[in-house]
Amino acid sequence: MRNEQYELNCDLARMLKGGVIMDVTTPEQAKIAEDAGACAVMALERIPADIRAAGGVSRMSDPGMIKGIQEAVSIPVMAKCRIGHIAEARILEAIEIDYIDESEVLSPADDIYHVDKRAFKVPFVCGARDLGEALRRINEGAAMIRTKGEPGTGDVVQAVRHMRKMNQEIRRVTNMAEDELYEAAKQLQVPFDLLQYVHQNGKLPVVNFAAGGVATPADAALMMLLGAEGVFVGSGIFKSGDPAKRAAAIVKAVTNYQDYKMLADLSCGLGEAMVGINPAEIKLIMEERGI
Amino acid sequence: MQIAVLALQGDFEEHEAVFRKLNIPTCQLRQKKDLDQNFDGLILPGGESTVQGKLLRELDMFDTIRPRIQEGLPVMATCAGSILLAQQLLDDPTVHFGTMGISVRRNAYGRQLSSFHVKSSFAGIKDVAMSFIRAPQIEFCVPGVEVLAEHEGRITAVRQGNQLAMTFHPELGDETRIAEYFLNML
Repeated sequence: MRNEQYELNCDLARMLKGGVIMDVTTPEQAKIAEDAGACAVMALERIPADIRAAGGVSRMSDPGMIKGIQEAVSIPVMAKCRIGHIAEARILEAIEIDYIDESEVLSPADDIYHVDKRAFKVPFVCGARDLGEALRRINEGAAMIRTKGEPGTGDVVQAVRHMRKMNQEIRRVTNMAEDELYEAAKQLQVPFDLLQYVHQNGKLPVVNFAAGGVATPADAALMMLLGAEGVFVGSGIFKSGDPAKRAAAIVKAVTNYQDYKMLADLSCGLGEAMVGINPAEIKLIMEERGI
Repeated sequence: MQIAVLALQGDFEEHEAVFRKLNIPTCQLRQKKDLDQNFDGLILPGGESTVQGKLLRELDMFDTIRPRIQEGLPVMATCAGSILLAQQLLDDPTVHFGTMGISVRRNAYGRQLSSFHVKSSFAGIKDVAMSFIRAPQIEFCVPGVEVLAEHEGRITAVRQGNQLAMTFHPELGDETRIAEYFLNML
């Protein structure tokens, strides 16, 4: 679509497909995640459940701590910057992070504008609740999309809602007559050329993962059955009773999401899942950030 | 004829799309029972070799695939796949299939910011679009391994009998000539 670096960045996301990206807060956790079969790790100081509990302003993690994780593992390392925080993004690029997540999990730094991701060499992944949000982020230069879900809840309902909505809208656009796309682009507030790509190809122009509230192998399999190309697991692993075992089970569940007997075996004896909170109990709705 | 694609993790769908363009049927290998299918060649796709290597063992596929490669099953490996075939990894004690006489360094070019794209020759085929994504490097080959491509003095593709390995991804663009080269090995 655009320049060579952007293509390379979209291609890295293709290499992550069928995999699980895990939130980690220490080099030790990163190693556990890698050994359990994570295809990448997200380095952050506090996992979303703890960000939620702590309240206040949450920011980019200490670059020193991120570097420690980069040194601990051989798989790609991602890190989060606040929505619209150009300087945090530049700092993460400077430490050669493999992917930046411009994330609604952190407190937004800009309540109007997202980072101009086309101005960067490093790739970005962004959250989206529907096709409009996804194509707006891609237009800004995102090389990968994930559903927002509702992070740190252990409740998969919003991730399901966002994936279903995205796919419903993709099917609707695919079935439109060519001359209806102009009006659809206007309604969705997205560029015509990106909408035309969706119309012609029946999918987003970049890889689309599920994120937000995945806590069990069954949750991960559910998101794959709904069309996710891979899964982010945030608080679900290191807030559970036996992180290494749960992480490994989620990895296998993503690869064999249609083998229900295997899913049954994988779901046995995993210890306690993260407790979770449901949307009616939470005050802070992160999915509404950055639309 | 059917080509099997190791579908544990990575860009296996992109490989299948290349063979679809050539009207060659493919099947996915996600677990042990998938190995009972009839196939004439095997693709080891790009992705994370740590994940693929772990799942090959834990899903009990490793001990079936390895002897078949040793017995002559044609195999094409890209990027992570070349790490699975290498008899030695530099800076890493792990060995996966270890069926190919090459020594490979993982992430030899650096992190994602060092990923790059070139057009270069492969076994006499000119202007092949090659994407190197956090690519490994083939640093040494034993005698009998034929070098098919190099870029700036670094070996990027090799063949040893029934095994073809490359550190780049020919499957990401419109390129079908590398897949056709592989089909001629069958």
